[in-house]
Amino acid sequence: MAFYRSQVLICGGTGCTSSESMIILQNLKNELKKHGIENEIEVVRTGCFGLCELGPIVIVYPEGAFYSKVKPEDVPELVEEHLVKGRILKRLVYHEAMEDDRIKSLNNFGFYKKQYRVALRNCGVIDPENIDEYIAFDGYKALEKVLTEMTPEQVVQVVKDSGLRGRGGGGFPTGLKWELTAKEKAAQKYIICNADEGDPGAFMDRSVLEGDPHSVLEAMAIGGYAIGANKGFIYVRAEYPIAVQRLEVAIKQARDYGLLGDNILGTGFKFDIELRLGSGAFVCGEETALMQSIEGKRGMPVPKPPFPAQSGLWKKPTVINNVETYANIPPIILNGSQWFRSIGTEKSPGTKVFALGGKITNTGLVEIPMGTTLREIIFEIGGGIPKGKKFKAVQTGGPSGGCIPAEHLDTPIEYDTLTALGSMMGSGGMIVMDEDNCMVDVARFFLEFTKDESCGKCTPCRIGTKRMLEILEKITQGKGTLEDIDKLEKLAKEIKVSALCGLGQTAPNPVLSTLKYFRDEYVAHVVDKKCPAGVCKALMRYTIVDNICKKCGICAKACPVGAIKGRVKEHFEIDQDKCVKCGACMEKCPFKAIIKK
Amino acid sequence: MKTIKELEEIRKKTLEVVNQRKDRTTTRIVVGMATCGIAAGARPVLLAIMDEVSKLGLTDVIVAQTGCIGLCRLEPIVEVIRPGEEKVTYIKMTPEKARRIVKEHVVEGKVVDEYVMHVVDGKVLNDYSVQND
Repeated sequence: MAFYRSQVLICGGTGCTSSESMIILQNLKNELKKHGIENEIEVVRTGCFGLCELGPIVIVYPEGAFYSKVKPEDVPELVEEHLVKGRILKRLVYHEAMEDDRIKSLNNFGFYKKQYRVALRNCGVIDPENIDEYIAFDGYKALEKVLTEMTPEQVVQVVKDSGLRGRGGGGFPTGLKWELTAKEKAAQKYIICNADEGDPGAFMDRSVLEGDPHSVLEAMAIGGYAIGANKGFIYVRAEYPIAVQRLEVAIKQARDYGLLGDNILGTGFKFDIELRLGSGAFVCGEETALMQSIEGKRGMPVPKPPFPAQSGLWKKPTVINNVETYANIPPIILNGSQWFRSIGTEKSPGTKVFALGGKITNTGLVEIPMGTTLREIIFEIGGGIPKGKKFKAVQTGGPSGGCIPAEHLDTPIEYDTLTALGSMMGSGGMIVMDEDNCMVDVARFFLEFTKDESCGKCTPCRIGTKRMLEILEKITQGKGTLEDIDKLEKLAKEIKVSALCGLGQTAPNPVLSTLKYFRDEYVAHVVDKKCPAGVCKALMRYTIVDNICKKCGICAKACPVGAIKGRVKEHFEIDQDKCVKCGACMEKCPFKAIIKK
Repeated sequence: MKTIKELEEIRKKTLEVVNQRKDRTTTRIVVGMATCGIAAGARPVLLAIMDEVSKLGLTDVIVAQTGCIGLCRLEPIVEVIRPGEEKVTYIKMTPEKARRIVKEHVVEGKVVDEYVMHVVDGKVLNDYSVQND
């Protein structure tokens, strides 16, 4: 492996390529040959730097000199000055050398500054397949503590006092759930971990299971002790093969160490955990359907009451909590309920993990204290919207949640505040949308998902979601009427109060929240027959702006269906009847003379 | 079956292995191997590091995998913690880059500056992947 003394990086992203970065690359190679240093300097073409407004960009290492807006004719001077004489070319420099901007450790990056890691405390730090590393960070110490120093009642009390609420999205007080189940008299009780994470855009349960599986096992053993259950089930999606494999390894290691099984730590406590794989039905994340599925039946919800606390798995008292809820339990036991209450807000103590996705710079996993505002998450931790686009809405809570518009960005995140805005905490998926997203189309996407995933047991959900989807499709195709919007709203409200389970009751949320905050977009689709964001294909038209068009005919060559007619140097026009709206012409036009609206 | 005393011994013994502070006595190289990391190509990176470590005959180096570090967009991420040094985070790793890190940083103690994060105006500048010419 030869080491070059210096590396020159040239951005090869679309933005920079259209501004001549490839010519710069060629010139650079020629110049290096001319000086006879082509074997000392490595020239690398990279993907987009994400700083298109400064392009074309050239970066020279090891100095890290950052040149912006470089032109092909600048190259000889740049090579001469920087690579031959070793002097930074001041004229083009945006940043002399990135010495002071080098962030050696992720911990100093703005992304982490506002975060507080409780559930993710070990993720990215320990080896998930090595039980000793988990133990090193006080792993299984909470289990030791409850088995040797606490009664089951005391454990329930600590969880109750901590104010921990269900992190699966519903927000039911975990301690209360445990207490109700502990009170039941039964020879056999069960404890279940719900790891059937099915929301589009949510991946925090997966990350906890992949990064720190032992914390879930430990918490379940603690819960088992607290409620008097000696058997636990983890219901995890088969679509998470890595999580499943790491759970299997973790369970085996815990059994080998005697942390699961008979007589745990010599205290006489008996507890074991089994895995159950779900095969990708969204409804199986609903607790009653999940238990049906574990029993080997078809996963369909059953009416509540009776609640799982009285009659759950095989009609026995059962506690069922989400992965992230469990991940919070060991730290609560070790640090006490007061510590947990000191984080977050009065009504929603602790932290929440969010999976940031969509139109956001730092896609990834963040854990923040409750009460942090949406603005802080999206703009300070998430790094804002890429490409300088304008923020439009954020979708929280997956198909059960809703869209929150810009005017509510300063809302502190809590269970109740999000519900008041017509969304919900949900599992923690957070999908950011910018000006290029059509809210009607977003509602249609989520409705399509819930319609597909409806189990069909109750009429409002089985037929209602189908009808709502039909209306939404009609609107996105430009065939909608104002009556359709009213009918949609009426249907949504009816389904909300009449469906059997939580999934059906919340399925209309995406529709209701977009109607509430973005009704103008619906009206634009129906009355003006236009899609303001330019997403709904049926309502889009590609047109050539005559005074920008240079009459070169490149677009006509690019069109796959021959919809562009005209003569070079005279005039070109798009035949709207033939046009299939693929956008090939717009992509190819060097003068940006084709617009879609 | 382990007793509480044995667990405490494991705790003491292993703390040195996972310790992220400067007072380590061995070097630890960690590769993010959650779904996002693996999808971005962390597996060949991990194999390259292990291969390089064994090729160079390094004995006081622990190579470990870990879960989600949180910044999916900059994966594959490799973190190096050397005795007496702050943790160093390398982003957008490839097998070649990783080998260079083992050679230069782990062996010679020279941080490979090109591969740590560069942040200007809150934007990560070296968030790119190398394409072939």
